[in-house]
Amino acid sequence: MSAFWLLMIILALAAVGFILGRSRAISSVQGDRRQLHSLPNYYGFNVAMLAFVPAVLVLGAWVIIQPMMISSQVSTHIPAALYEDAGQLNLIMSDVKRVAEGLDVAIAQGVMSADEVSQLDTETTDVRAMLGNVGVALGSDVDPSVLKAAQEMRAKTTSGNLFMTIVVLIVASAGFVAAMLKTQGEFRARNAVESGVKALLIAAASIAILTTIGIVLSLIFNTITFFGMFPASDFLFGLTWSPEGRGGSEHLGILPLLWGTIYISIVALLVAVPIGLFAAVYLSEYASRATRAFAKPLLEVLAGIPTIVYGLFALTVVGPLLVNFFGADGLGWMQGARSVMTAGLVMGIMLIPFVSSLSDDIINAVPQAMRDGSYGLGATQSETVKQVVLPAALPGIVGAILLAASRAIGETMIVVMGAGAAARLDLNPFEAMTTVTAKIVSQLTGDSDFASPEALVAFALGMTLFLLTLGLNVLALYIVRKYREQYE
Amino acid sequence: MNVMTKTERALEMKDMKISAKNVQVHYGDTHAIKDVSVEIEDKTVTAFIGPSGCGKSTFLRCLNRMNDTIDICRVEGDILLDGEDIYDKRVDPVQLRAKVGMVFQKPNPFPKSIYDNIAYGPRIHGLARNKAELDEIVEKSLRRGAIWDEVKDRLHAPGTGLSGGQQQRLCIARAVATEPEVLLMDEPCSALDPIATAQVEELIDELRQSYSVVIVTHSMQQAARVSQKTAFFHLGNLVEYDDTTKIFTNPEDPRTESYITGRIG
Repeated sequence: MSAFWLLMIILALAAVGFILGRSRAISSVQGDRRQLHSLPNYYGFNVAMLAFVPAVLVLGAWVIIQPMMISSQVSTHIPAALYEDAGQLNLIMSDVKRVAEGLDVAIAQGVMSADEVSQLDTETTDVRAMLGNVGVALGSDVDPSVLKAAQEMRAKTTSGNLFMTIVVLIVASAGFVAAMLKTQGEFRARNAVESGVKALLIAAASIAILTTIGIVLSLIFNTITFFGMFPASDFLFGLTWSPEGRGGSEHLGILPLLWGTIYISIVALLVAVPIGLFAAVYLSEYASRATRAFAKPLLEVLAGIPTIVYGLFALTVVGPLLVNFFGADGLGWMQGARSVMTAGLVMGIMLIPFVSSLSDDIINAVPQAMRDGSYGLGATQSETVKQVVLPAALPGIVGAILLAASRAIGETMIVVMGAGAAARLDLNPFEAMTTVTAKIVSQLTGDSDFASPEALVAFALGMTLFLLTLGLNVLALYIVRKYREQYE
Repeated sequence: MNVMTKTERALEMKDMKISAKNVQVHYGDTHAIKDVSVEIEDKTVTAFIGPSGCGKSTFLRCLNRMNDTIDICRVEGDILLDGEDIYDKRVDPVQLRAKVGMVFQKPNPFPKSIYDNIAYGPRIHGLARNKAELDEIVEKSLRRGAIWDEVKDRLHAPGTGLSGGQQQRLCIARAVATEPEVLLMDEPCSALDPIATAQVEELIDELRQSYSVVIVTHSMQQAARVSQKTAFFHLGNLVEYDDTTKIFTNPEDPRTESYITGRIG
């Protein structure tokens, strides 16, 4: 039985459990609901919960673990002569899986019976042609050992699935029966359901945390692998980035990329911070309520525009505009439309709503009493803003700016389209440069071998970026928290 | 005889610091102040008393146009400061507020040092020509605020780190530093403990030597202790305005009597 139908059966069992549990609770007190500890629905939920949750957990674990176990068992039967390293074994195993799936399809379409499949032999049948007939195309002829492994995999999967069905159904019924037995007037179903809800919330929170940990670990291990192949000092202090060279001639120095990242981010922040901050001051201090209600959402729309659209804007509007002024016809500083300036300006525009929206909230959080105190002393509005409101909001604003900065550092699309792909150490902001993120994309989207330093360097770059933005975020959080302490 | 009355009248005119005539205040659709006329004397403490929501704070805020910062608030009628209409178009509310200082219910020191809190007003109004003068103004104001001895060793510590009573005296000192002519106090002691309250009350009495002080208070004992004139507000009306002793011993209006004896409010 497939996992989907099994899930449906458990769901049905849970639904039945809800109804039965509810009515059992009511009948246990002879229909007088006031005798129950909890509302009748809680008894129903409790039965449904116990029937459903453990069974689904078992089902989920089984579905994940079974293929892994079977494939590791089957892979021991592949003759060692067929492969040299783990990568080739992986390729063979995916062939095995494909053949096994093909055989399943063949059975499902009635081309052969299950018995025939287990008797199948490469000597007597052209397995590739046969599977091709049922719609499963294979890249090469099927090796006898692969077919044997596929047959074994099929057999094990079939018996494993049967076993899984039995175990899951037993777990579901056990939960169902146990909950039903407990369902009586004095059973505290409400508290039981409450702890179930709590467990659900904890699970949701831990999934997010575990995912983060997983990503970080994969970054760390791949970075370590990379540094095993490529000297860390060349990566960290190298002034050239030219990954095209094979073997010993390659230069994977991060400094040009880091410089591009920081340069573009600085240009972006120089645009976003003043404009965003002034917009925030206007919205929170000067604008009438109607203007604010109209303008703030409009400004926040900027944050909803996909970055690729900003990239288009950079490439087709801002770049040519800059070339008109700074290009060969004008000042002669700029070669093409792609430059640090192009990407920086557009990224700055993208960051305006970040800075303005966060700063606006923070400025609004400054107590009105501060403003009253200042006005009461005969200060004008701009004096009040400059000398009382902004200093009071400063830590929060710095936090907002740092968050915007980490966003700028992580930005990719605008860079790819606006700043070009040339890694360069240069001070001229009208020169094309590139960033860490853009290079991660180009390192992994080529057809290069995944185990080579050229591809693995992406993880080291990602790690660098991660540390950079993490540092900024921690700094921002620290500052924001300090600010909060001051006002509560 | 005739000459005498003229002089007398002139004297009386001079003694009147603020005179409000037929003031109406609307908050949106709410009619918060209904036709209030009050004459506030110079170098006197005037107390506004009345139950919560009776409009005494609103009226106080009219006197230095703090209500201008509230969009939906409309003020009608005449309020004269030294014979000049403060709601006249030619009057700059910012300049007015420098002349009519305000102390708020909750101490609201700026998140700056004690020194900068006091120096804020003198700085924006250019009252000091150099650092030495500013230092002098700060010291003088802190002394008048009766807090100098407590903070003189930590002038550059943040003002928010002081206790509630100290903060309120700091705010009074801050208001005094701009050399106002009138000091408005909106329940300045409601967030303070009795000891701090006593200190602030003592301070108010001293301030009377140089300023006209208007204080809104919920405590009738406080009004009786610190003020010479008392105005009783009820539901947006000015019910009675007279010498404090008269209000508390022999009120004319039955509502005033009910309030001070605790039957309404």
